[in-house]
Amino acid sequence: MTMKRLINLKRAEARKIYLTYAVVIAAYIICQVMSSTGLFSSSMRGMLVPICAYMVMAVSLNLVVGILGELSLGHAGFMSVGAFSGVASAILMQGTITNAPLRLALAMVIAAIFAAIAGFLIGIPVLRLKGDYLAIVTLAFGEIIKSILNNFYLGMDSEGIQISMITDTTRLLKGGRLIIRGPMGISGIQKIATFTAGFVLLMIALMIVFNLVNSRSGRAFMAIRDDRIAAESIGLDITKYKMMAFVMSAAIAGAAGALFAMNYSTIVANKFDFNTSILILVFVVLGGQGNMLGGIIAAAVLTILPEKLREFSEYRMLLYAVVLIVMMLATNNAEVKSFLAGLNPFRRKEAA
Amino acid sequence: MIFLNYFISGISLGSIYAIIALGYTMVYGIAKMLNFAHGDVIMVGGYICFYAVARYGMNPFLGVAVAVVGCTLLGIIVERLAYKPLRQAPSLAVLITAIGMSYFLQNTALLLWSSNPKVFPSIIERGSFKLFDGRLSVSHVTVLTIASCLVIMGVLTLFISKTRLGKAMRACSEDKGAAQLMGINVNATISMTFAIGSGLAAIAGALLCSAYPTLMPTTGSLPGIKAFTAAVFGGIGSVPGAFLGGLMLGVIEIFAKAYISSQLSDAVVFAVLIVVLLVKPSGLLGRNIQEKV
Repeated sequence: MTMKRLINLKRAEARKIYLTYAVVIAAYIICQVMSSTGLFSSSMRGMLVPICAYMVMAVSLNLVVGILGELSLGHAGFMSVGAFSGVASAILMQGTITNAPLRLALAMVIAAIFAAIAGFLIGIPVLRLKGDYLAIVTLAFGEIIKSILNNFYLGMDSEGIQISMITDTTRLLKGGRLIIRGPMGISGIQKIATFTAGFVLLMIALMIVFNLVNSRSGRAFMAIRDDRIAAESIGLDITKYKMMAFVMSAAIAGAAGALFAMNYSTIVANKFDFNTSILILVFVVLGGQGNMLGGIIAAAVLTILPEKLREFSEYRMLLYAVVLIVMMLATNNAEVKSFLAGLNPFRRKEAA
Repeated sequence: MIFLNYFISGISLGSIYAIIALGYTMVYGIAKMLNFAHGDVIMVGGYICFYAVARYGMNPFLGVAVAVVGCTLLGIIVERLAYKPLRQAPSLAVLITAIGMSYFLQNTALLLWSSNPKVFPSIIERGSFKLFDGRLSVSHVTVLTIASCLVIMGVLTLFISKTRLGKAMRACSEDKGAAQLMGINVNATISMTFAIGSGLAAIAGALLCSAYPTLMPTTGSLPGIKAFTAAVFGGIGSVPGAFLGGLMLGVIEIFAKAYISSQLSDAVVFAVLIVVLLVKPSGLLGRNIQEKV
């Protein structure tokens, strides 16, 4: 199925897809070798899993921003739904499933399911809107998810799972464990996320997105992006396709959230705030909207660079802001575009 | 009586939202863009006012005037550098630029003034009027806030309906092409709308910080988003709508804080936004614009 589809692709597109896979696989092998031969510092090794998680987030958001052409400002919300549901389920499974990679995989699947449900529920109202309104409502939902998780308590005792909101009224029996503790989040997480798991997740996310983009649905997404009215007039069900992209994107983000969270011993809902959503947007914009490989590279560079340039760390967020503005001006303004083209020494001479 | 107290503080908070919402609603009405950085202009206004009053010992009202001038200039510069080159660009690009600008202002403020919260001196002396034998107390800041909001609304409504520039603004929001053909300088009108909105944001910043006296680089962002909610609630593009939406949102927020949960009050405000957009996307007083192909 996949192969047939790839053969049917235009050559340039197929090449781009293979190039993306090749770069990701090569980067994985290089990192593995460097890590096992001790060429990586411990801080670098510690960053491998978060980098993978951010790369997957970039792929996920790129599906919405680059392919569907709508702006989601609440993607960190899906990440946090995935993180909390994934970690909580991993803790609940600790006794029954002792194999850590299997538990991680199951937790990521559960996280993806929960995030997909959240994406579906949020999508019902959100996807009736468009443009700026859609963006601001996703922002609102991101904040609502954060507020809810900050006030959510989940515990487990011999009588089963107990949940409560706002204040802890779970009244756990003796021997019970309060897993999600409102603003304190989840602590005592077993760090079972591995670089290999991150790599596998990234490959799966890429396969899903590339397959989706190069299918009938994917072409529908791009038609909606390029001209919503024309797409509607030839009978495309706008809401259905938007929902499909949105739910898929949320599910991928959820799995990335679970991976990310299981790299730390403690997570709190405030970690997944508006700033995180913007950070992921910066990856997508810098990498080029709709360009998966670009987003992946941007995620890696913008995660490693601030660590390497610690003395400039206070300028990091400022740099992100400048990146957003300059990228938009460079790609959308004719004057800036031609100015930048003039700076490029390798540009082809135009025929006189 | 407690109910009335909450109601008055709701109206006061709502007045601030209303002034901020004016900036959003006018810019959206004319340039059809969501100026995400508007909330951060409020913060800059707050800082200018803070330094003018606390460091240079200016009269508080003079401090506010300086802040208004500073923010007006800032609004013009931001518009010129970031938004004007993107007049013809897709709205997604403009929105991302505006988010970038919001981040830029916040982080520049962080570098210039650090993240330590500053204690904002009230622009008028603290104290309160006691009513009903002291059972109801209304602070001076509250009275000033509500009064300024009413004055601004009145002046702005007159400006838009009576003056030539106001007419030009209305013409641009109705039909840019036709306005251009009538000899209106559309670009200058849009820039002026930004200038007015940013000047108002400075006043909102001074009032906001007088009522809630902690000033940080992130002070403006949440009120900014809430004021946008208010603008949508009232009907974007409509000046009376911004007023009504702002007041209602302020009251809803204070009641949610008092009667539901203070942690969930933001969630309640955002839920209002979602419900409004689903039930009546054009807002309370907005016009329903039909899309033509």
